[in-house]
Amino acid sequence: METLIDNWVLACLVDDVPENGGACVKLGDEQIAVFNFTRRGEWFATQNLCPHKQQMVLSRGMIGSTGESCEPKVACPFHKNTFSLLSGQCLTNEELSIKTYGVRIEDGKVFISL
Amino acid sequence: MIKPTIIVVGNGMVGYKFCEKLVSKSSGFNIIVFGEEPRQAYDRVHLSEYFNGKTAADLSMSTRSWYDKQGIMLHLGDPIQEINRTTKTVHSLLGITIQYDYLVLATGSSAFVPDIPGIEKDGVFVYRTIEDLELIKAYATNAKTGAVMGGGLLGLEAAKALIDLGIEDTHVIEFAPRLMPRQIDSAGSAMLQSKLKELGLNIHLNKSTSYIGGNHKAEALHFNDESVLPIDMLVISAGIRPRDEVAKLAGLQVGTRGGIVVNDKMQTSDECIFAIGECALYDGMIYGLVAPGYEMADIAVSQLTGGSKLFYSYDMSTKLKLIGVDVASFGDAFVTEPDCRTIVFEDTHKGIYKRINITTDGKYLLGGILIGDADAYNILLQTVNNKLVLPPNPEDLILGSRGGLETEGAGIMNLPDDALICSCEAVDKAAICSSVTNLGITDIDGMKKCTRAGTGCGGCVPLVKDLIAGTMKANGQYVKNVLCEHFDYSRQELFDLVKINNLKNYDLVLDHFGKGDGCETCKPAVASILSSLWNDVIVKQDTIQDSNDRFLANIQKGGTYSVVPRIPGGEITPDKLIVLGQVAKQYGLYTKITGGQRIDLFGAHLNDLPAIWEELIDAGFESGHAYGKALRTVKSCVGSTWCRFGLHDSVSFAIEIEDRYKGIRAPHKLKGGVSGCIRECAEAKSKDFGVIATEKGWNLYVCGNGGSKPQHAELFATDIDKETLVKYLDRFLMFYIKTAEPLSRTATWLNKMDGGLAYLKNVVINDSLGICAQLEEEMQALVNTYHCEWKEVIEDPALRKRFTHFVNAPREKDPTVQFEPMREQVKAKW
Ligand SMILES: Cc1cc2nc3c(=O)[nH]c(=O)nc-3n(C[C@H](O)[C@H](O)[C@H](O)COP(=O)(O)OP(=O)(O)OC[C@H]3O[C@@H](n4cnc5c(N)ncnc54)[C@H](O)[C@@H]3O)c2cc1C
Ligand code: SF4
Ligand code: SF4
Ligand code: FES
Repeated sequence: METLIDNWVLACLVDDVPENGGACVKLGDEQIAVFNFTRRGEWFATQNLCPHKQQMVLSRGMIGSTGESCEPKVACPFHKNTFSLLSGQCLTNEELSIKTYGVRIEDGKVFISL
Repeated sequence: MIKPTIIVVGNGMVGYKFCEKLVSKSSGFNIIVFGEEPRQAYDRVHLSEYFNGKTAADLSMSTRSWYDKQGIMLHLGDPIQEINRTTKTVHSLLGITIQYDYLVLATGSSAFVPDIPGIEKDGVFVYRTIEDLELIKAYATNAKTGAVMGGGLLGLEAAKALIDLGIEDTHVIEFAPRLMPRQIDSAGSAMLQSKLKELGLNIHLNKSTSYIGGNHKAEALHFNDESVLPIDMLVISAGIRPRDEVAKLAGLQVGTRGGIVVNDKMQTSDECIFAIGECALYDGMIYGLVAPGYEMADIAVSQLTGGSKLFYSYDMSTKLKLIGVDVASFGDAFVTEPDCRTIVFEDTHKGIYKRINITTDGKYLLGGILIGDADAYNILLQTVNNKLVLPPNPEDLILGSRGGLETEGAGIMNLPDDALICSCEAVDKAAICSSVTNLGITDIDGMKKCTRAGTGCGGCVPLVKDLIAGTMKANGQYVKNVLCEHFDYSRQELFDLVKINNLKNYDLVLDHFGKGDGCETCKPAVASILSSLWNDVIVKQDTIQDSNDRFLANIQKGGTYSVVPRIPGGEITPDKLIVLGQVAKQYGLYTKITGGQRIDLFGAHLNDLPAIWEELIDAGFESGHAYGKALRTVKSCVGSTWCRFGLHDSVSFAIEIEDRYKGIRAPHKLKGGVSGCIRECAEAKSKDFGVIATEKGWNLYVCGNGGSKPQHAELFATDIDKETLVKYLDRFLMFYIKTAEPLSRTATWLNKMDGGLAYLKNVVINDSLGICAQLEEEMQALVNTYHCEWKEVIEDPALRKRFTHFVNAPREKDPTVQFEPMREQVKAKW
């Protein structure tokens, strides 16, 4: 694995992730969903597993925002539970949450801090 | 087992309600009722209507046969005179002695008659029972001048009755310095007084009567201040006195100023004896209204049937029309600054006074008073009871909004589902709205029958009406249903805007007409609009598509996808069947025949999808759009080519139709069917559009539905030829595509349409909107631009590349996907 500083891990190329959408990367045994929120000029990363029914699908979910503060979120394609991309908190079911990771872009490459 | 005996003393409004509630909850009691009045319980609240032509039967709350049917033993005209708590028996006037297990006292109250010399004279009445009214009515024929002692709520109602009886010169005598001192503040009283004066009522305040003069009959009122008022008759309305005499005799605890003391279970000081209604004294208070009485009945029933409901203090808000003047007080009407802020509106010209009390931070409504115009009463009361946050300008609540957009109706629809609308019958908003939506109730009478809302004091009737109207409006097609928080437009509006402005992608639409970053609701909705308008390859904007559309396959349990090639009309060659089998084998797919007469291949890895489709397309298959909100299948029966009953060739027509509309995106999925005769083997009437062969041509049915809410398609046109049928279908489908809400099937769309089927026929067949030519043209454009989405993908390496699970390891499949064997095939394991 190519690392930047210590715990930043190269995930994929910027071009690998569709604009305003997500893709799944494999880092070791982990599946990470990486989101390229072009509209906001921001990147996010979360676990790929939807905690609702344990489905490996979050990277295929639609992203968007909600509320006055435009909280970025992703909607699981299965039952449309939505999760904050900032905190990982599920916005539709208080009891659920997902892990989020830091993302850095350098030289057309996407790095994730694990 | 012997049923325990409950004896109910008093057959008034609350006593009756107790019986009604008890029998609806349990049949485990032997119920015996004693009533003092000669008739069954009647609606005392609307007693005055007896003077406006209502008969005793009209006012009656039920019939004798109701009691019989419920097995309730009813003794009328036979008051209980004594309760023996040691032997647990009651003794009636007519000499009946019966033992009870539980006793329920619902003896109500009587008019309080002050001890004034001359009060026993002829021509002095009280206003409480039908008998009282009969006496008043008979006496009034010879009276010209009448007076009512007491300027409270009941006194003013009695005064109104006297006017109605033709007594032109009617006076109200009030001991206090103002009218209705218990309900409204002095400014409100003043306004009410001037309004009532205008209407011809004489009002005397600060008057205490020293004696009633006259020879045997009442002829004049003599006041403490030496003044005299000549009268022909007098109605006493100086308050009520709870009927606690029997309870007192039996040694039950009563209040110093009357009333049988009860706890929050409605039990008296003897736990086998309950007291409810106007005779009950709870927390030092007599509740002189019917709604709290009903609540008490409910509590007592709950306690007797193993429930645990308790009584809390009850809202005493009221709204009445007194001699044509609206009077209302609600919530905390009397709280004053600095404990609150008050907003007062006064219009002496029109005789309107309104006051609302709001919290000092301006957030919540505490209560208020309305005189002269109480239209806002219900919504204000709901605002108090549900602690709704006030608008930035709370004065709008009593002034109406001046120039704003908000209407009062909107406020009503904003109430929470559990907002209590009819407190007499405990009906909440959800019950009313769902009766409109699900049971098709559209008027107040239907609502009364169905939910009983509005059958108690009747005070909630305007609110119920507004809710009916509001719900109907909300269900109708002309109400603005905005897409989501990012778009302030309905789908139909956005459809037109996107078209006029020639917008071709989601971001442009969001920039022009939306805000924020979009979401999982508006993205697919806009995607559907874009594709219905421009019919572009949807995967080019993959990230706004629902997951199924994004990968052109149906996501299934475990994260695999299913593959459904189009098999138009359900007709397939043996060669193609073989290819399906080979592909399924090669990629380890589970195969099943679908309800739409095609074959579904399940369990495909995302990575395998392009390769699978490549093989299918080579063999002549096309995408079946099973993943899309688009035309799915046109199911057909075998028809005249093979079936001995078949009238026409249903398979050929089904294939023709399916080929015409394949790939067209719509607000929701579309299904069709064609049957070769009336036997309907294709089940066409359960589809969005169904075609059935007739002797003379074809019948067209529209807006059917299977699924969770089955609905038969409605006959739309009869005995038409193929060309006409396709023309109607073009128009019908395009009209649906353009006007339906996101994710609403044709059946729902029609159900919500103002004017329903007749309107739809008018638009599509008679061109009542003059849009048919345009609809046909738009449909033809969609037909002309058809493409197989999968073909586009497999021919485009960039698009193909997106079908990977790991972007950084494109060849690796999702290791969490696992299968286990089942009946010689596989199923997802997770
Ligand atoms: C003219 C008028 C207008 C009103 N308007 C309104 C209004 O707009 N809104 C509102 O909420 N309320 C109104 N009320 C008040 C409402 O009618 C009462 O709150 C309600 O009737 C109380 O019901 P109840 O069953 O407790 O008492 P009641 O209806 O008085 O019934 C008690 C019954 O018990 C009988 N009884 C008494 N003692 C015995 C005994 N020992 N044995 C057998 N039977 C006995 C009585 O004869 C009576 O029939 C009005 C009342 C009147 C008179
Ligand atoms: S619907 Fe009529 S024509 Fe078609 S299969 Fe059934 S019986 Fe035959
Ligand atoms: S009926 Fe339910 S379980 Fe069966 S296929 Fe449809 S959605 Fe799935
Ligand atoms: S599995 Fe994600 S919402 Fe149900």
